This record gives sequence, structure tokens and C-alpha cells, in this order.
Amino acid sequence: MRIGVITFPGSLDDRDAQRAIRLAGAEPVALWHGDHTLNNVDAIVLPGGFSYGDYLRCGAIASHSPIMSEVIDAANKGMPVLGICNGFQMLVEAHLLPGGLIRNDHGRFLRRDQMIRIENNHTAWTSAFDENEEIVIPLKNGEGGYIADQATLERLEGDGLVTFRYVGVNPNGSLNDIAGISNERRNVVGLMPHPEHAVEKGFGPNTEKAMRSGMDGLRFFTSVIAKVLA
Amino acid sequence: MSRHIADTVANAIATPEKEQPFAALGLKPDEYAKIREILGRRPTSGELAMYSVMWSEHCSYKSSKIYLRQFGQKVTPKMRERLMVGMGENAGVVDIGEGWAVTFKVESHNHPSYIEPFQGAATGVGGIVRDIISMGARPVAVMDQLRFGAIDHPDTARVVHGVVGGISFYGNCLGLPNIGGETYFDAVYQGNPLVNALAVGVLRHEDLHLANASGVGNKIVLFGARTGGDGIGGASILASDSFDSTGPTKRPAVQVGDPFAEKVLIECCLELYAGGLVEGIQDLGAAGISCATSELASNGDGGMFVELDNVLLRDPTLTAEEILMSESQERMMAVVRPDKLDAFLAVVAKWDVETSVLGEVTGTGRLVIHHGGEEIVNVDPRTVAIDGPVYERPVAYPAWIDALKADSAGALPRATDGTELREQFLSLVASPNLADKSYVTDQYDYYVMGNTALAFPDDAGMIRVDEESGLGFAIATDANGRYCQLDPYEGARLALAEAFRNVSMSGAVPAAVTDCLNFGSPENPEVMWQFMRAVEGLGDACLELEIPVTGGNVSFYNQTGDQPIHPTPVVGVLGIIDDVERRVPSAWQDEGNNIYLLGVTRTELDGSAWAGTIHQHLGGLPPQLSLDDEKNLAHLVQGAALEGLLMSAHDLSDGGLAQGLAECVTRFGIGARVWLDEIIERDGMDLTSALFSESTARAIVTVPREDDVKFVGLCEARGYPVLRIGVTDGTGPNAQLTVQDVFTVPVAEIRERSNATLPHYFG
Repeated sequence: MRIGVITFPGSLDDRDAQRAIRLAGAEPVALWHGDHTLNNVDAIVLPGGFSYGDYLRCGAIASHSPIMSEVIDAANKGMPVLGICNGFQMLVEAHLLPGGLIRNDHGRFLRRDQMIRIENNHTAWTSAFDENEEIVIPLKNGEGGYIADQATLERLEGDGLVTFRYVGVNPNGSLNDIAGISNERRNVVGLMPHPEHAVEKGFGPNTEKAMRSGMDGLRFFTSVIAKVLA
Repeated sequence: MSRHIADTVANAIATPEKEQPFAALGLKPDEYAKIREILGRRPTSGELAMYSVMWSEHCSYKSSKIYLRQFGQKVTPKMRERLMVGMGENAGVVDIGEGWAVTFKVESHNHPSYIEPFQGAATGVGGIVRDIISMGARPVAVMDQLRFGAIDHPDTARVVHGVVGGISFYGNCLGLPNIGGETYFDAVYQGNPLVNALAVGVLRHEDLHLANASGVGNKIVLFGARTGGDGIGGASILASDSFDSTGPTKRPAVQVGDPFAEKVLIECCLELYAGGLVEGIQDLGAAGISCATSELASNGDGGMFVELDNVLLRDPTLTAEEILMSESQERMMAVVRPDKLDAFLAVVAKWDVETSVLGEVTGTGRLVIHHGGEEIVNVDPRTVAIDGPVYERPVAYPAWIDALKADSAGALPRATDGTELREQFLSLVASPNLADKSYVTDQYDYYVMGNTALAFPDDAGMIRVDEESGLGFAIATDANGRYCQLDPYEGARLALAEAFRNVSMSGAVPAAVTDCLNFGSPENPEVMWQFMRAVEGLGDACLELEIPVTGGNVSFYNQTGDQPIHPTPVVGVLGIIDDVERRVPSAWQDEGNNIYLLGVTRTELDGSAWAGTIHQHLGGLPPQLSLDDEKNLAHLVQGAALEGLLMSAHDLSDGGLAQGLAECVTRFGIGARVWLDEIIERDGMDLTSALFSESTARAIVTVPREDDVKFVGLCEARGYPVLRIGVTDGTGPNAQLTVQDVFTVPVAEIRERSNATLPHYFG
């Protein structure tokens, strides 16, 4: 089981995604944005960061990187793809997911331990969760406000494509409290919070039980491993 | 547009009488005369530019050098044991074991951050991170020490928004966890905020790189961002001249940062190091190419030839002098062997980083720079970079200090009942310097890289270095300008002691020190006396604690008009922990644990947060300090942590026991019942002192009941004063802090007061 993590110029959480994949029991494969190969991976993670310094729009330049043509092909054929934070922004820019992400409504970069609800556990990346399960994973971004036109929002809601919703606090003004969505085939998932930072005791978010003990993010990766092996 | 013709060496020889604007460049007449003496002729305009920036206070340390030498002299063999690189390089390097080393340093970016807070603070982060990369290390953490004017002054929000936004923008975009730091408000910093930035890097021993140009024929390569017109003369003009409200605007001298360019540069450099493609490397910061070429050449064994026309420019109209002085960010200069140049260029191309070969190392002992085919610089590089002027400036015991010291807070009225103490407690909790700093720290990413074991509001930040073994480091910085105003010698020692204590509370063992010495004008003899005493104090205390200063920075001219800031030596201590899993958090997370107070409480309210907040008073003598007690406390906590006896450990400092308790109950919402009568009886003082005194070498720790006997036994065996003062109790909406027979405050109310202050002014 090989999961690729693509590094773009300005990617920051790429090594963290690799660690999460390793801790979940799969083999992380480092991929380079300038190559035209996916190196026989079974699934792909587009990691967080500030690819190309967020110039133009977040994720806009990276979505035209050479490797993205292979990513788009593979996604359209059903390969599981997860976009985290800047990776979510790339998926939107690449039109693999609808809508857009804009500056947080309060205008500041925000880091917090964020509760989200699993709205749909039938995607490639969420099958290990219960439906409506509430989990806590870190959030950290400046441009995480999800927007879409009314028709798109209705379709996302109606078709069960809203995968994650913010609970308690809407940290950035996202419409309908949307934290993440999937495509109709449910293989491509994007979200603003960071599951790869809630995979290891002592380094994750705070929980009721103990500080920095949250490991809810690990199940994103065990979900996809189960999906691929099934 | 006609091209500016540079002043050549031949021209300088031919026109010895030409008047030169040395004064406008910050050089004194005798310094200019010295340059003419060194060269045996007048300098060219390019040489004048180089000498002026490199001989500025900021680059040359000409006023501080004679004092800073102590840091290298007051050392024992034990202090050298872990020291791989000491003061003088871009940053000190400390051996932390298992083949790993850590490099760290704190630097100031005060003046640019007042003029242009966002870019000033952003490029402060960028600059210190490049120092770390230059040592061959991967940067792994940053932290910032920020001091602003009065929180309610109309200009403070402008500076806070800009500085915090700039650090957030640059640091987050670099992917470096921000794990600690300080945010402090005092009117003395109104016209001169302090923006200090610290960075830490990690490397394997064999990857250590030093800034020197050796090996005749090796290529000098400039890579990274292009050179533009930003920050020209910033080093000498901004950092060496205090603000004068009537002076001309200096805005264009502040540099503009591009964190994306720096992030790519980090990865590019690390790939170059991994491939063994670099012989020597230096970052470009203050004084740009002037500094990099002269320092690389000085530290090498020969000379250097540079063709300035090869510098890639953002603005083709820049003159040779401007190119030499430009402080454009995100640039590095490497020394590369000719046979490795192709491989070097391939790596740089992979990261889309622009590069040009400027010249090569020569055997002449001279730094020679050509522009437009003409020789415009021909100097002995050591005269530029190393043998600059050294001043023994006049010092004077401040006329006002005896009166200040005599004005003790002991005479201030104390609260007479529990209601008044409760209100004082809440006023302190809500005061700008003790209030919750989430407004600032929520804008920083501490998760990135996945190795952050502790971060604010813990006493120290902690980073895992080795994922297999758990080896890591902890770091904390502290400074107390109020104590230093009362007594700079003791104030500097107290800053070191507090940082030492904070690191020790986390379970780590302190190993090395960095400092950023922020002072007023060295031309003011009273300021120079403060500086002298602070450096003596810090040097003596380092010797006593046996941890060396490995590097740092001096920032003078921090004043508005004639009014200097309080002397503010920021001291950072780095500690080592064998396994970060044994870290000790600063606040308790469980009910039913016993709370112990370690150390002795005296009536020490002079210079305290209580005196400042409740009575707007500053006077008297700072708290007594025994570094033996500090060492004993550190050993005790480290020992108890090693045996797994501690659930939390929190250093007591600003605001005393009361503030320590407030931080421990608000962090995770676990309340406490505390009694003070036994402390008061044992140590002999009143309630106000028990709650708010800032006596040193104290901490509160929590211990599970089943480990009580073992813990108390450990304290008694080591002869350290210990007293059970309470128990953790209550959680959820009903949690409260009860100080028996004095007051009770719901945790929710403490939180509300603490959390409201910063958002009220800045949110």
C-alpha cells in the first residue's frame, strides 16, 4: 500500500503527511510537483503549506504544476485523493472540487484545535469514522473561508457531498459551516483542518483526557488503506 | 537614462581632495581619517559604502565589543564541553548528543519594526532564520520577544497589528513552528518597540558549515532573490541612529520580505549541504554584499575577486554603491569548488532559485571588486569586517538611580481584607503583561513539522529532534526591564535565572545561552554604565550556572529623543531532554493532585507586577537571587520528572504565586483549593507578599497522591524547602480557585478577565 505525498515549492506539511501515512501503516512515497509520474501509488495526498507563496490565489499556481495532469487523470479514474488546507485549495483550483476558499472573515491567520463533524462516512478518506462523529483536529490557515454559489451549495448539501462541518466555532466564516467536501464519486476529498497533525500521542491537539493527546486524524489514513485493500 | 559611473580606485588616487559624504553615511571624522590611513588614499565611494555599513554600531559592535569579550573569558572547561561553535559565527552550535547538534540565536529588528511594523517584523524572522541555515542546520522553531508601548496608547495597536501580522505571515509561510516568546507592554517602549526574533536549527555533527572562503580558485556564488533597492543603508542608518520626530522620513530603508523565496532557499540549501556541494556559506543580512564578501574573505585564508556586474538585479539602475549596500532579503552567498559547480547549479535550478557566479577566492589577501571593467574596491577584508573601530565609551553611574533604589514598594499600602485582595488578584490577571496572550499566539502555527512537544503558554517551548529516541531540546527567553532599570547587574542575572528556571521546569537540562541586549544610546554614559553592568551580571551568572553564551546581538539607540528604554537584556536558555515524552507541562490537567510550593517566599514587591499594576510604582531593589538555589531547584525538578512524579511544574515570577495559580487553573479549567497560612508562618510575611511577591527559585508543582511520600522524600533529601499548599479540585463550569480564608474566584471569571484584555485593544 503506497500513498504519494506531492511536494510543491512552498509545501510545508508534506513530511507531516508522510509521517501520518507511516503511522497508519502504509508506505509514504515522496512525489515532486515537477515530475510527470505518480510512481505507482495507490492514493495521493496534496499537503498543506503556502505553495508558490499563495501568489495569485492560494493553490492557483500549484494546480498547474506538471504532476497535476496525472493527478487529475487518476482522480477521474477513481484514485483516492486527499487535499489538506493548501491541498484543498489546489483541488478547488484544479476543478476537482467545486467552490472556492477566501480570506478568513476576521482577517487573521488562525491556529486552533477545531471540532468538526463527520457528515459523510462513505468517502475514501472517512469510512473509519461513524456518521455524525465529532472529532478534534488542528486548524491553521489564513484563507479557509469556504464559498460557493447557491446552486452549488444546494447540490453539495442535497447529494451528501459536505463531508465535514465545523462544530461549536465557525473559525473563518465558511458558508454552511463547511470544513470539507468530496466529489460525487467520493474518492476526492478536501478539507481545511489538518488530520496529519492528530496522529501521534503528545503531538496532536488537546483533548478532554490530556493535553496534546488527540489522534483522530489517523483514521483518515486508515480509511483509505482499508478502501484500497478492499 | 545615463548610467552612473562608479568611483574607481584609480580615480580615488587621482583625486585625493574630493569631498566625501562620510558623515551622512554615519561615519565620524576620525573613523573616516582611519579609513584613509588604512588605504593610504581616500576610499572610493564603493569602499566608503562598505566601511560605513560594516563599521556601523549594528555590524561592528564597536561600543560593546570590549564588554562582550567577557562571555568568552568567563568560561570553565565544563562550559566548553558541549560547545561546537562559540560566539563570532552566525550562530552558536551546541552538541546535544546522539550525533545531533542544535544552533540558535536571538536578534533584534527594533527600529525597522517601528517604522514599518509588518515588514520590519517579518524580515526580522527571515534574517535570523538565514543565520541558522548558514550553519548547515535545518531551522525547526522560532519565537519572538515583543515589547510595545502602553496598551491604551493610540499608536500601540498600529505597531501590534503590524508586528504580529508580519511574524505570522513570514513564520507560518516558512513552515516553522512558533513555540514561545514574550509580549510585553510598557510606556518606555512607546516610540521604540522591541522586536527580537529567535530561531533554532538542528543538524548532524558532520553537516556543520562555517562562513569562510578558502581554497584559491573556488567560486563565489550569489543565489536566492535578486538584488533590489530595498534596505539600502538600513543597517547603518536605521539601527545606528535613534528616532527624532523632526528628521527626514526613513521609510524606504526598510526591507521587504518574501517568505516563499526564503522557504525555497531553505530547502535548496539543505539539498546543497546533503550533496556536499558547498565549501563555505554566508547569509546576506545587514550590509548585504559588503558584509558577506568581507566576512567570507576575512574568515578564509586568501583574498577574493568579485565582478559586481554579475549580480542579478531587480532594478537595473542601481549604482555599484547601492548594490554593495542593498539589504534585499532571501539571498545567500556560497563558496563552491569549480568541479562541483555544475552539480550546485543543477540543485539550484531544481528549486527555481536564481544564481550567478560573482567571482572566486584568490591568494592575494585582498578583496577586489570590479564594476564596469574598473576596479572600484581594493581592500584588506579584515579591515572592513574584523578590525573595525573599538570604543571604550565613557560610563557614568546614573545620578537618579540611588533615589530610585531608595523608593521601595514596601511602603505602599497593602490590602486589608479578602475582598480587596480578590480585586487586586483579578486586576493583575487582567493587566496587559499578565493577561492571556492567545490573541497573539493564535496567529502562529506551532503544529507544522509535527515535533512540537510544548509551546506557549507552557514555560518553555520544546521540540523533538530525533523521532526514534525522543531526544529533544527546550527553550525559553526572559527579560525584565523594570528590574534592570533598578539594577542592571541583578536584572540581567534575574533574566538568565528565569529562563534557566523555565527550561528546567519542562524537565530539560539547561546547556547554552543566547542574548539580545536592547539598550539606549551608547553615547549616553549612563546607558553605557547600564550596559556594562548588565553584561557583567550576565557573564558572572553564566559562569555560576556553568552554561555558556554562544551568540547573540546588541541593539543600541533604543530611545525616543533623549529618553532611553529600560535596559532590556533578553536572555534565551536552551536545554536538552533525553526523551520529550518525559516533558512536564506548566499547568495541571487532573483533579485530586497535591500542589506543592518549592522554595522560600520573602517580602519582595519592589519592581513587581503588583507594584506596577496596583500602584503604578517602580522603585526599590529587585528580588534577591541565589543561583545555587536555582541550580538546586532545577536538579530537584529534573530528578522528579525523571522518576515520573510530576504532573505539572510552573515557575513563579511576574505576579508571584497568585499569577502562577491563575495560569494553572485557567489552562485546562481544573480548579484548586489553596491555603497560605503555613507559608506565612514558615517564611514570615503578610498575605500580599504570599500572593504577589516575586521571590526567585520558586515553583509550584503537582504530584499524584500516591507519589507524595516519594516526592517529599526527594525534596528533603536534597534539602530544598517544600510545602504542600493545596490540592487540585473541581472541573467544568463549577471549577473555582479558592484561597482559604481569603477569597474564592470561579475559574470562568479568571478566564474572562484574562482573556478580555488583548482583544479589547486589538481584536
